[in-house]
Amino acid sequence: MKGTGEKAAEWILRGLAFSALASLLLIAVFIFKEGAPFIFRLGLKDFLLSSDWRPHEGHFGISPMIVASFWVTLGAMLVGAPLGIAGAIFLNEFVPIQVRRIVKPMIELLAGIPSVVFGFIGVMVVAPLIRNHLGGPGLSLLAASLILGIMILPTIISISSDAIASVPRSYREGALALGATRWQSVHMVVLKAARSGIVAGIILGMGRAVGETMAVIMVAGNAVANPRSPLESVRTMTANIAQEMGSATGMHRQALFATGVVLFISIMVLNGLAMAAMKKREVKA
Amino acid sequence: MKPILLSLLGVVVALGSGCGRGPSGQSITVAGSTAFQPFAEKLADQYMQSHPEATITVQGGGSSLGIQSALAGTAQVGMADLVTLPPEASGLTAMVAARDGIAVIVNPLNPLKDLSTGQIRDIFNGKIRNWKDAGGEDRPIRVVSRETGSGTRSSFEDIIGGISLLKESLVQDSNGTIRETVANDRDSIGYLSLGLLNDKVRAVKVDGGVCSDEAILAGHYKLVRPIYLLTQANASGVAADFVAYVLSSLGQDTIRRNGLLPAK
Repeated sequence: MKGTGEKAAEWILRGLAFSALASLLLIAVFIFKEGAPFIFRLGLKDFLLSSDWRPHEGHFGISPMIVASFWVTLGAMLVGAPLGIAGAIFLNEFVPIQVRRIVKPMIELLAGIPSVVFGFIGVMVVAPLIRNHLGGPGLSLLAASLILGIMILPTIISISSDAIASVPRSYREGALALGATRWQSVHMVVLKAARSGIVAGIILGMGRAVGETMAVIMVAGNAVANPRSPLESVRTMTANIAQEMGSATGMHRQALFATGVVLFISIMVLNGLAMAAMKKREVKA
Repeated sequence: MKPILLSLLGVVVALGSGCGRGPSGQSITVAGSTAFQPFAEKLADQYMQSHPEATITVQGGGSSLGIQSALAGTAQVGMADLVTLPPEASGLTAMVAARDGIAVIVNPLNPLKDLSTGQIRDIFNGKIRNWKDAGGEDRPIRVVSRETGSGTRSSFEDIIGGISLLKESLVQDSNGTIRETVANDRDSIGYLSLGLLNDKVRAVKVDGGVCSDEAILAGHYKLVRPIYLLTQANASGVAADFVAYVLSSLGQDTIRRNGLLPAK
């Protein structure tokens, strides 16, 4: 009897594991089936390099959105990565373990805050601050970068912090024994040993920043134009899909799926890089 | 795996049979325009109270979806708030259920009171970029528009005519977020459904016409769009009856009381 129960559990788990895989495959096939033919029909150049997006008049250039996704993500990294890594170092090296036990779960709680709430804070607090003190519409590339930078903090902090925590104690002891100060042992030894884990954390955070939609729609202003300064409004690829999907038909709909293809590929590349970085760490450890 | 699948199947079957219960042809779906959706929900509630045997499900999705689903038959009644219905809708029976004004709004701090159609066109095209060129203060203009595919946007652009939206315009995807954006930014201009106008923003006169129910009923305000109910030509049963109810004095009264303009 116990044997059959065991078998059943195994099969159920196997089925569930494969269903997750199958849904990923299904999504990929669906997006490519809907989007890829459109890209080939329009021509890769007209789709990726043209900046003319007037879907009702047959112009489907998404270059402003690719540029926007790039800058918003880069901006989020500039905000999130230094803060995140510094936070992780602080939590692991400079505070008593009791403090870490309280602070780290709180930071991870930040990951559970719905993105629409971040967007709301962006619209109500960040955008007016930018508009009143720096000029421009407020709903801008800068606002999106700031909000996203905070949103990806938990990802970066928790993965970097795990990487730093897994650096063997003997490394630190060795460094201290050689006369290094605490800071010297951190930045010369610990950070070097944890580097690949930290890189993986940054890349996963980047993946989240590229894919984030709701908060970005709310704070970026969604203008389809190449930004000339961080104070201008931009529309990312995700925002473009989400804003127009509801009413798009025909070519327009296909163009949005094609935008999804570009997005899908960029996120796959980022995740691949993260996995490669993690793997390197495993080999080292 | 099997027990789970079986129980899932059970749930699906149970749900399916629940939906199908009751005499056939008594249950319809109304879908489309998000501007008219809240009104349709109220009307459907009222209708169901007096016709307990009928079930009406109201869904949003936008005007294009309303037309598509009326054509495909996934909804028995489509709602669309467009000035000109697209050619594919010609096979459907279209009835004007209500009318809705489109208010051109600015921030309450903006002293400008009046714009002409030509000025509005130039502002949304990006030809006028400073309020002083439209008779206002020396401040930059920030244009806020709805997303491509919005019924409000296509009606607005149809009535004003000749708009090729300025690329730097902010784009917001609902009446509510347009209102918030304009309420927060004193240099901005946008447009929204008259029913959603409140005192956080201010409607300007268009060609001298005030944006109000009275002015629209008297024909003094030009930014008005019809809201259509679309059915297939041979519609009968609850679908036809519901449309008739909306057009009846009872239905029109509900529409008026809740802030939209009646069809006539």
